[in-house]
Amino acid sequence: MDMKVLVIEDDQQAASYLAKGLKEAGHVVDVANDGKEGLYLAGGEHYDVMVVDRMLPGRDGLSLVQVLRAAGNDTPVLFLSALGSVEDRVKGLKAGGDDYLTKPFAFSELLARIEVLVRRRGASQPQTKLTVADLELDLLARGVKRAGKPIELLPREFALLEYMMRNAGSVVTRTMMLENVWDYHFDPQTNVIDVHIARLRQKIDKDFPTPLIHTVRGAGYSLRAAS
Amino acid sequence: MTAAAPGDCAVKPGRIKQCVAAAARMLRTTAVRLSALYLALFVGSVVLILVVVYRTTAGFLTEEIGETVALEVEAFQDHYGKYGLHGLVDLVRGRSAVVNNNAIYLLTTPTGAVLAGNLSRWPDVAPSDTGWIHFKVADTSGVSNRPSTAQAMTFTLPGHFRLLVGRDMSELDQLSDRMVRSLGWIIAATAMLGLGGGLLVSRGAMRRIEAINRTTRQIMAGDLSDRVPRFGGGDEIDRLAGNLNAMLDRLERLMTGMRQVTDSVAHDLRTPLTRLRSRIELALIHDTDDAEVYRGVLQDSIGEADRLIATFTALLSIAEAESGAKRSDFTAIDLVDVVQLAADLYEPVAEERGQRLVMEIAEGVAPQTVTVRGNGQLLAQAVSNLLDNAIKYTPEGGTITLRLDGAAAGQAARVTVADNGPGVPAEERAKVLQRFVRLDAARASPGNGLGLSLVDAVASLHGARLELSDNQPGLRVALVFPADAKS
Repeated sequence: MDMKVLVIEDDQQAASYLAKGLKEAGHVVDVANDGKEGLYLAGGEHYDVMVVDRMLPGRDGLSLVQVLRAAGNDTPVLFLSALGSVEDRVKGLKAGGDDYLTKPFAFSELLARIEVLVRRRGASQPQTKLTVADLELDLLARGVKRAGKPIELLPREFALLEYMMRNAGSVVTRTMMLENVWDYHFDPQTNVIDVHIARLRQKIDKDFPTPLIHTVRGAGYSLRAAS
Repeated sequence: MTAAAPGDCAVKPGRIKQCVAAAARMLRTTAVRLSALYLALFVGSVVLILVVVYRTTAGFLTEEIGETVALEVEAFQDHYGKYGLHGLVDLVRGRSAVVNNNAIYLLTTPTGAVLAGNLSRWPDVAPSDTGWIHFKVADTSGVSNRPSTAQAMTFTLPGHFRLLVGRDMSELDQLSDRMVRSLGWIIAATAMLGLGGGLLVSRGAMRRIEAINRTTRQIMAGDLSDRVPRFGGGDEIDRLAGNLNAMLDRLERLMTGMRQVTDSVAHDLRTPLTRLRSRIELALIHDTDDAEVYRGVLQDSIGEADRLIATFTALLSIAEAESGAKRSDFTAIDLVDVVQLAADLYEPVAEERGQRLVMEIAEGVAPQTVTVRGNGQLLAQAVSNLLDNAIKYTPEGGTITLRLDGAAAGQAARVTVADNGPGVPAEERAKVLQRFVRLDAARASPGNGLGLSLVDAVASLHGARLELSDNQPGLRVALVFPADAKS
């Protein structure tokens, strides 16, 4: 999935690392070093996603996104910020951001998040059933089947699988799972997510020839049909 | 000091300006202001007392006179009944002849001609409601030349003869005269005493306050170990001094704590940073074409960086919780949710380690809610840290209990995490709450020694208490919310 990304970040070195990483992941990148330039670029071209630093010289990231949203621009926005408290996050989302990442972050985390943002944008209408290969998840009946066989899941396992299936094909990081399934916006010391994934694998993949849950080294997990 | 001493003013007239300024400054002091207030109150009280004494005395005298006059009138009436008008004239004459008894009598014909008595004519005043008439008479006693007040009772005899019986009230006039005359002296003496006493008393108090000021200045200059002197009387100033000292103790503890933290931060961030740096440096020195070597070093470096970031984030969270700034955006948090979510997250982790994680929600709580006002993320993090610790330090086969008790009468809501691991010796319990402190037993397992410090900070933020106790065996940590935290 190739995307056109606009990075608005005043720290030139950080911006160039981001651009380099994104280009290596196969995406097209434009960089703006301040809010004014960012606003100009965002207004003139179509981007699949924007990565916006919250604190920018000239015009700060929050107001920049507010202006874009007011002008009808609905390009997904991922905020980057050195301010990591819950309130800061809420402020970012209220201003029109779609996701919020606190510095310092792993590049793989950023990549996974913007990919999910772009895919979510392309997602069709609300579904009642999610399907990946022979795995079926019925949101209404709260039931899961693989190859027609029903699988018993605990409520939280169901929520975790649902999140992975909604983002099937994308990499979802541990932090993303903690945020979206548990609403934990902090990092528990132990790798709790790995244990939950191991359990889910026991139920989803163990008795079937082709595994659906894949580990993505240094990033997280991905649920997809083929490896 | 630039203020002129009072002595200077007399000696050097050139310094008058300065002296005026000094006096003005002195007038502004609390001592002088308090003395003036004290003086005003003092003088006011004395005047009030004098007025009360005068009125009581005068009232007593008037009453006594009234009674005497009434008795006399009765006697006259009797006499008139028995001996007729002539007998009465004789009696009035006889009584009027007595000098110096202040008595006033007058008996007139219906036309007003004087028949007997020591008053030259009938007074030209109407009687009051009580039947008394008040009028001026020339002084009969000769004590002074001015007319004195008299009061009398009048009544009409059959045949329209009129009789007046009264008393010269000059005694009362003299009393009030004397009082007014002494009032000046009394007020002057009172003022002297009041001013002197006021200054003495308030200067004593002010000297103590000045002592407090001196200490505060010294502390501001940097000597935090100084303390405000106390006089042990237990009065307001002593209590103020006590509170100031308590505040200083707390500040000093905080400062010491902060210094310790700075030292620990330096140590706990410098050590891994040094490791990180050396690792990278060594990889560069070690000349090799094997990309795998570099790859390995880079991966290790990322791991080290991640640990550093985690430590840093934990420190920031603690600082945020401790600053108390988050209290402004507290919302209603259901502890049942917090506990269930944490149990749900950690249950598989415990199971993987061969432990049992049991969640207990006290009877009568479920399915109701236990609501406290707080920060949901921080509370979740606190509970998750407690579970994380318990799982980390409990051996295989151990049991970890996460229990929620709702607030009941006389009991606050509490979240308890108990394990049957090695526990923490009583004398070490306060220590484990400090930042970066890891007991020797914990050194082998991963962690940064900030987990419990964060829980402690979150507890304080919510006005809750963190209680560490013996689970026999194991550690029991309870987060006890204040009894009024229910919203």
